[in-house]
Amino acid sequence: MFPRPIEKSGPAAKAAYQAFLPFALILWLLPLLAIFLTSIRSAADINSGNVFGWPSEFAIIENYTAVFTQSAAAQYMWNSVLITVPTVMISVALACLAGYALAIYKFRVALPLFFLFVAGNFIPFQILMVPVRDMSVQTGLYDTIAGQFLFHAAFQTGFCTLFMRNFIKALPFDLIESARIEGVAEWKIFWFVVLPLVRPAIAALAVLIFTFVWNDFFWANVLTQGESAKPITAGVRALNGQFVNNWHLVSAASLLAAIPPVVCFFLMQRHFIAGLTLGAVK
Amino acid sequence: MADAVVTDTRTPTEPGWFRRNKLAIAPWIFLIPALIFFAIYVVIPIFESLWLSLYEWNGLYDAEGNSTATWVGFQNYVKLWDDPNFWTSLRNNIAWLVLYMLAVPLGLFIALFLNQTVTGMRFYKSMFFFPFVISQVVVGLIFGWFYNPDFGVVGTVWKAIFCEETTNILGNVTFNCSRPAPDILSSPEWATYGIIAAGLWPQIAYCMILYLTGLNNVAADQIEAARLDGAKGWKMLWYVVVPQLKPATFIAVVVTVIGALRSFDMIAIMTQGGPFGSTNVLSHYMYEVAISEYGERYGYGSSVATVLFGIMLFFISYFLWRMYQDEKGGR
Repeated sequence: MFPRPIEKSGPAAKAAYQAFLPFALILWLLPLLAIFLTSIRSAADINSGNVFGWPSEFAIIENYTAVFTQSAAAQYMWNSVLITVPTVMISVALACLAGYALAIYKFRVALPLFFLFVAGNFIPFQILMVPVRDMSVQTGLYDTIAGQFLFHAAFQTGFCTLFMRNFIKALPFDLIESARIEGVAEWKIFWFVVLPLVRPAIAALAVLIFTFVWNDFFWANVLTQGESAKPITAGVRALNGQFVNNWHLVSAASLLAAIPPVVCFFLMQRHFIAGLTLGAVK
Repeated sequence: MADAVVTDTRTPTEPGWFRRNKLAIAPWIFLIPALIFFAIYVVIPIFESLWLSLYEWNGLYDAEGNSTATWVGFQNYVKLWDDPNFWTSLRNNIAWLVLYMLAVPLGLFIALFLNQTVTGMRFYKSMFFFPFVISQVVVGLIFGWFYNPDFGVVGTVWKAIFCEETTNILGNVTFNCSRPAPDILSSPEWATYGIIAAGLWPQIAYCMILYLTGLNNVAADQIEAARLDGAKGWKMLWYVVVPQLKPATFIAVVVTVIGALRSFDMIAIMTQGGPFGSTNVLSHYMYEVAISEYGERYGYGSSVATVLFGIMLFFISYFLWRMYQDEKGGR
């Protein structure tokens, strides 16, 4: 282990290390703490300029309910859910199929196709912006929930396929081989042999894609106009304009926007990190 | 194997074409849904954008539904060459690329700091990762306030150091500052660096988690052996640990490069490219020219996007080449 385990350095060093940890953490999360404190402050504090000091009174419930009663935040949140959930389902399902094909079958274009998905995952969004926006307008998908989740699902399929393909590739190939010798149909091998084995990968992908898409801001701006289809990220920006100088409300709304991915992360932490680091450590 | 032979003898007629070519057809059946979807939304639009960058178009269609685009050849690129905003954006993109790289060593540093097994360490590790989980929109807003010279943390700390507080008879507090607090986001020289610093926060967290996983897999026996040879501290880190972290470093560099070039959210939230276009980057400038109140310039925007795509392609090709080497070795 590197660095040398702190236990081996004597009790004084260990105590110092443990005392320093919370301090370092507070410093690291200072911006977040500040915004949290702002979100529970009263309007009086904001008006008197006490934005970063200790709140004179706690208005946590008032502020957070105000966000919902005075703005379309609830609608934005719900839109985000409606965009994110189908995206996760479509992209993961397609990637399971495609990843299986690219990992198990030996055919000439398998690697080029795999690289196509990988490359597509790295390109800048801007190169897609005008055609995708135009296509959405033409097909009536502009400013709709479906227009957004269809795009996200297609785009995330690149990353998901990269991920599933590598995961399936790492499975013992003998399993598939022996199923084939037994005469099991290809789709049955996929459904009954491979799919149960890739469940952890599916969980990892689902939380990752959920977070990525929930946090999307660019496409929310490109593909929507009004409030009816805007997700919460774009909504927070709109609120920033609506609640000018009401920092306590904007910060409350921002924190609300952050809650679903954060909850998701803490519930599925192991999967989340496994997902991010797959391929980093072979 | 014996089974297969038996089946063959039991079917005297030629097995169907589909059966014979099962292993050649099956992958395509699994691939087609994803391929079609990916082609429609990703592959084809790339080429459409490249093509569109040779046109001038405001996004409108005539009564028959034909696009009103007019062919201008490479004129958009010639205009780019003379466009100071384009060069500012490009320069800022380079600043992002270079400074964003700090996330890699800083991530390693925090990972080394946290790579201990004391009680509650899991909690600390996940809390340090926290900034990556929340949206860049929220990060941008947070740092926007953070930098505010009047009431942000920067302003508050500045007052504590450089200002003298005086209260007059009416009870009004005034500050006498030897130097005024810096308004980072309104200053053309500093705003970009302010945004990059904000962007580094989640990116460091990302690199940190990659390195923490990497450190888990560092061979303990090699470290022990190096310790017996008297290696420690920096030498140990540089000659024994870092080489073993190579895969983690590679991924960290990849995601950092992509993150730097893709930066859009923070700029859109914190400055919208201002003041005077000084914080623009290609990704934001493209958005600005293509969808803005000054009229939609799809062709020109596409040419900006093409330049960004070209830069990205340079890196993507390198990553793919590295992956290809791995694939060859892996078989």
